[in-house]
Amino acid sequence: MRHIISTLVQNKPGVLAHVAGMFAARAFNIDSLAVGRTDDPTLSRMTIVVLGDDRVVEQVRKQLAKIIDVVKVQDFSPKDIIARDLMLISVSCCPEKRPEVFALAEMFDAKIVDIGQKFVMVEISGTEDRLETFVDMCRPYGIKNTVRTGTVAMARLNRPEKNEL
Amino acid sequence: MALQFSPSGISARKLKKSVRPAGTQIIVKTLIELEVNTVFGYTGAAVLPLFDELYKAGSLNMTEKSINKKQGSQIIVDTLVEQGVETMFGYLGGVVLPLFDKLYDAPIRFIIPRHEQGGAHMADAYARATGKVGVVVATSGPGACNLTTGLATAMMDSVPIVALTGQVRTELIGNDAFQEADTTGITRPVTKHNVIVKNANDLQQTLREAFYIARTGRPGPVLIDIPVDVSISEAETLPPGPINLPGYKLQTHGHARQIAMSAKAINESQRPVLYIGGGVIAANAAEELRALAAKANLPCTMTLMGLGAYDQTLPGSLDMLGMHGSAYANYAVQECDLLIAVGARFDDRVTGKLKTFAPKAKIVHIDIDPASISKNVQVDVPVVGDAKCVLAELTKLVEHRPRSEWFARIAEWKARYPLRYDENTSTLKPQYVIEQICKKAGGEAIIATGVGQHQMWAAQFYKHRHPRHFITSGGLGTMGFGLPAAIGAQIACPDKTVIDIDGDSSFNMTMTELSTAVMYELPIKVAILNNGYMGMVRQWQQLFYNKRYSYSFLKNPDFAKVAEALGAVGMTITEKSQVCDAIDKMLAEKKPCVVDFHIEREENVWPMVPAGKSLDEMSGLDIFESMA
Repeated sequence: MRHIISTLVQNKPGVLAHVAGMFAARAFNIDSLAVGRTDDPTLSRMTIVVLGDDRVVEQVRKQLAKIIDVVKVQDFSPKDIIARDLMLISVSCCPEKRPEVFALAEMFDAKIVDIGQKFVMVEISGTEDRLETFVDMCRPYGIKNTVRTGTVAMARLNRPEKNEL
Repeated sequence: MALQFSPSGISARKLKKSVRPAGTQIIVKTLIELEVNTVFGYTGAAVLPLFDELYKAGSLNMTEKSINKKQGSQIIVDTLVEQGVETMFGYLGGVVLPLFDKLYDAPIRFIIPRHEQGGAHMADAYARATGKVGVVVATSGPGACNLTTGLATAMMDSVPIVALTGQVRTELIGNDAFQEADTTGITRPVTKHNVIVKNANDLQQTLREAFYIARTGRPGPVLIDIPVDVSISEAETLPPGPINLPGYKLQTHGHARQIAMSAKAINESQRPVLYIGGGVIAANAAEELRALAAKANLPCTMTLMGLGAYDQTLPGSLDMLGMHGSAYANYAVQECDLLIAVGARFDDRVTGKLKTFAPKAKIVHIDIDPASISKNVQVDVPVVGDAKCVLAELTKLVEHRPRSEWFARIAEWKARYPLRYDENTSTLKPQYVIEQICKKAGGEAIIATGVGQHQMWAAQFYKHRHPRHFITSGGLGTMGFGLPAAIGAQIACPDKTVIDIDGDSSFNMTMTELSTAVMYELPIKVAILNNGYMGMVRQWQQLFYNKRYSYSFLKNPDFAKVAEALGAVGMTITEKSQVCDAIDKMLAEKKPCVVDFHIEREENVWPMVPAGKSLDEMSGLDIFESMA
């Protein structure tokens, strides 16, 4: 099963190596890993997508928490989160195909961010599923290149807050 | 501060005496006592010593800001002293010279091993024998690399060590400089925590954190890598303050409800077993354990690391469990209805086949490391906390139960399958040697071991009575651990008898450290159970590889002569009748003493749970019964 683990770590050199090394040493599988600064310059956020059953993921969570520079570990269950991936994709697109590809992008709320003689570059964000579907839809035109950030996720805001809004 | 010298080759007793202050020091000290704060004069050759002293005193009277500025290496030494470090181990090298220059004047005893690995094991054993943090120093590159085996050994057995390594200058890092290695990269998986300090201002706090992390929670080794430019640049010093590590939270007191659930399970159980690991020793909780076992009337089995937590001469002791555990411990675990694991981690050498481990038992697991709980075996009642606190709380809630049926059953197993060997042969049996050592040392000696058959026999046939008296590499199984460990333990406990029960192959790995024992005049004893094989490997080849003894024997030197050549006492024993005298002589010897017992070559360790089998599928019980 896929689990999204969100980890707050000290923004120090070597922490990424420590986390990645722990995964390798304990034979846990990382599906994706996204790292970035937070609003607090001393902390970074790592969002790690892990494959494994509940027991494995519990171990992952505990072993992460054991690393001294890891401040907080949350294991999100899929329904309680907003999860997003960002992808840039270069799709083969001669001038006559452009309307088709543009329409496709529009359908997926994607943006055309660059355009060349034979290709267009599309930026799309969304759930993994959505991105996969978009890739499938682009396949008939020919895909030159894709690059993805890996999943980032945040817990949904709880209900009372929602009602207040 | 009384100054102490620690030049090599000086005995422990001599070292303890502080060097008397020089006359100039007395002059300056007296001036300060008389509250003289200004002195007028001119320097010259004859008064240089006085000026040297005045210079030091003068620095005390500078403005507050500059008082607190010190060289990095001085900060290291001061912080070590502040953390209570009295003894350190380690080896010199280019980039740690600034540190050693400051250590020259420090009130710290410094022990030089012959190899950094030996130094790491000595610091490890020092920590195991005392419960204090062991400190080891090594230079960059090869020095740091040589520490790794020692760090991994300490990591697996949860031993608090602070390792300080030198590193090349900050601006050279990553350039493949001379004696450069990515020390933090190499040691990351074998340390609880490691840091490279790139700014002298961070040095002091990082050191304090290192000691705190090493000794608290589940203890472990912490390494600090210090580039040479950091140790020579000046930095501010600060008085010790609270440690602020947002990612390091400790849970020492167990959850009250979990403890109550454990107590209820104990009170309701008909066939309980305490399964004790090294965590009880690390937490200094042997007394609390014994109180609990006595009050609730619980039989107690220990892992290799747990030996000594419970007194094996007490009737409730089931001795060691696991692969080479006693039959009665393994049967009791397989039959129990409640297994109370304390400070143990369900290692594969303990559990055998996981699926069939303790199949009838409800499991209570008390451990300070949440990651140990439900890692290998799903636990029914987890209690995260320090064994000392949790056991004390638990004891308050348990009630005495007779459990006569259960104890009768255990007694039956004990009577039927006691740990045995063939006592009637004329050949020299290793178990006999250990029994005699145990008899003569009375369970009061500190025993260190290497790894292999001799280690298992030392676990089985020596009756362990006290915590911190059995020093062995359990988790990592580091051959060669015994001799440096005995040295570290002897330095920690100068008044104790320290015996390294070793194997010939294990001893071969680190025997160079005998020179260290000679240099520091340590009365350690080494009893080599010499069968001319890598005994445990040979046993496995015999049992599982059709007696094909592929490369499992070595041509040994004459160990007694090696000992003599290095300045120790050496003896060779080939007959059973010589054993008692030899042990008497060994125990009386003031010099390091090596006794090479030529034991029966193909003796095996029994019983044995073959890897991947259940605990009750022991081999060798028929051999026991045939001896009855």
